[in-house]
Amino acid sequence: MYAQMIQSTGKGVKTLDEMEPEERAFQERINAGGKIEPKDWMPDGYRKNLIRQIGQHAHSEIVGQLPEGNWITRAPTLERKAILLAKVQDEAGHGLYLYCAAETLGITRDEMFEALHEGRMKYSSIFNYPTLTWADMGAVGWLVDGAAIMNQVPLQRTSYGPYARAMVRICKEESFHQRQGFDIMMKMCNGTDAQKKMAQDALNRMWFPSLMMFGPSDKESVHSEQSMAWKIKMNTNDELRQKFVDQTVPQAQYLGLTIPDETLAWNEEKGGYDFAEPDWNEFFDVLKGNGPCNQERLQTRKDAWEEGAWVREGMLAHAAKKRSMKVAAE
Amino acid sequence: MSAALFEMLLRLGDNTLVLGHRVSEWCGKAPVLEEDIALANTALDLIGQTQMWLGYAAEVEGKGRSADDLAMRRDVWDFRNILMLERPNLDFGHTMMRQFLFDAFHRAQLAALAQSSNPRVAEIAAKAVKEATYHLDRSAETVVALGDGTEVSHAKMQTALDLLWPYVGEMFESDDVDAQMAAEGIAPDPDGLRAAWEATVRDTLSEATLTVPQDNFAHKGGRTGARHTEHLGHMLTQMQWLQRAYPDATW
Repeated sequence: MYAQMIQSTGKGVKTLDEMEPEERAFQERINAGGKIEPKDWMPDGYRKNLIRQIGQHAHSEIVGQLPEGNWITRAPTLERKAILLAKVQDEAGHGLYLYCAAETLGITRDEMFEALHEGRMKYSSIFNYPTLTWADMGAVGWLVDGAAIMNQVPLQRTSYGPYARAMVRICKEESFHQRQGFDIMMKMCNGTDAQKKMAQDALNRMWFPSLMMFGPSDKESVHSEQSMAWKIKMNTNDELRQKFVDQTVPQAQYLGLTIPDETLAWNEEKGGYDFAEPDWNEFFDVLKGNGPCNQERLQTRKDAWEEGAWVREGMLAHAAKKRSMKVAAE
Repeated sequence: MSAALFEMLLRLGDNTLVLGHRVSEWCGKAPVLEEDIALANTALDLIGQTQMWLGYAAEVEGKGRSADDLAMRRDVWDFRNILMLERPNLDFGHTMMRQFLFDAFHRAQLAALAQSSNPRVAEIAAKAVKEATYHLDRSAETVVALGDGTEVSHAKMQTALDLLWPYVGEMFESDDVDAQMAAEGIAPDPDGLRAAWEATVRDTLSEATLTVPQDNFAHKGGRTGARHTEHLGHMLTQMQWLQRAYPDATW
């Protein structure tokens, strides 16, 4: 998911009886399906956790511009170029809503950027994989946005009001993104031999990294338990991963593509597919910074920030001059 | 087919194609998130305009080519954009100064084209001029803010202006194609747009506390295809890669 391995308090979930009256009222409101708004009382852990989660989600949108931006200048037709530009622009817009949502919790966008650049905040592991052919633009939309939707649709009901509302807008656009990705895949799969090969190769490379987006199994995790009690996580990682596989396998069959998992099989009893786990060692390596593109992605963002410093300073200075002229005129 | 009309449409469509490509290179790398979004939006408008101009050019030519064929399968010498637009982005200041100098021209050009005797041209221009007006508002505002901002931003904007000034003259070049288009009431003579452009540009640059260069020397050769810069060839190696490498594929 766009928010992976978010650590919560680590203390296990308190029962209502163990809570002070303030916290109990807060929890009861969440249990009843109510929303928490920025000015409401909230436990420190809830606030910190949400900042991490929303911040990580926002960073994922911004860093996520890069693997797709990699193909804007090489898009094969004017229409594909326009669609891809619109999509990547949407991602930047999502980043903007999410940074704004996080700011309501008492952190600034600049502080979040700083934390990203210093490695204190993360973005989704998926964006550390390269986009090597045009089919990757299809696979990213189909699989990566598809996986993101699995998580984000339930988050429209998350307990924190600004986050839930941002998610409503984001989900509308994400489903358009997924459709355009699938549309590219269809064109490739109905195309020349070279295009079919590109499509299969993209699926081969993106399949397991997409499954990793949901994070490792969280059956035993106290972090997940707390986040679910706070309704800032709505489903377990395994539930979402299963749902994603069940949705995606028939789509791959429709495209005539082979999922790169020989163990994949329909399990009548559970009413879903059995499938191989991704290589979790690789996942942890990517989180530690050793994915194929970690260094470049982060460096690109840092360079953009540092090389743009004079622009931000110039704009601020001009705005300040205008304000003081206005004051002088009054 | 009207060879002059085809040529004029290529000039219009190649300007937006080449500038749209350059602006899209900023994706994910702008100094501020809001600027990133605005740049992508500008690129998107320009690519949309390209689809309309080159689409009509292909129809006028009548040889069964499409807008994509024109964009993706012509080589450097067949491109008709002005040289300024194929220059590399350099820094954000250079990108926005180029945008401003072009937007001021583009808006005036499109406003005149919206009155064209050719209904298709008029229709496309009427849509595009709204976008160009917005582009100009934004690029002018940015040029003023950064020209007036800090010493550093001022110096960078002055450098950008000095680098770009030798390329502005080409926008107002006229040849037989322009003369014929003007005679038929299809398009304005570019030279006639200069006075209004100068007024807009000088006002904004003065507000930006920038000095307009004295030398009016103009590099030329883009809009006639006689001599592009070295940069266009490199741009085409990216833009046209897939269509060239897989000529039988549809995308």
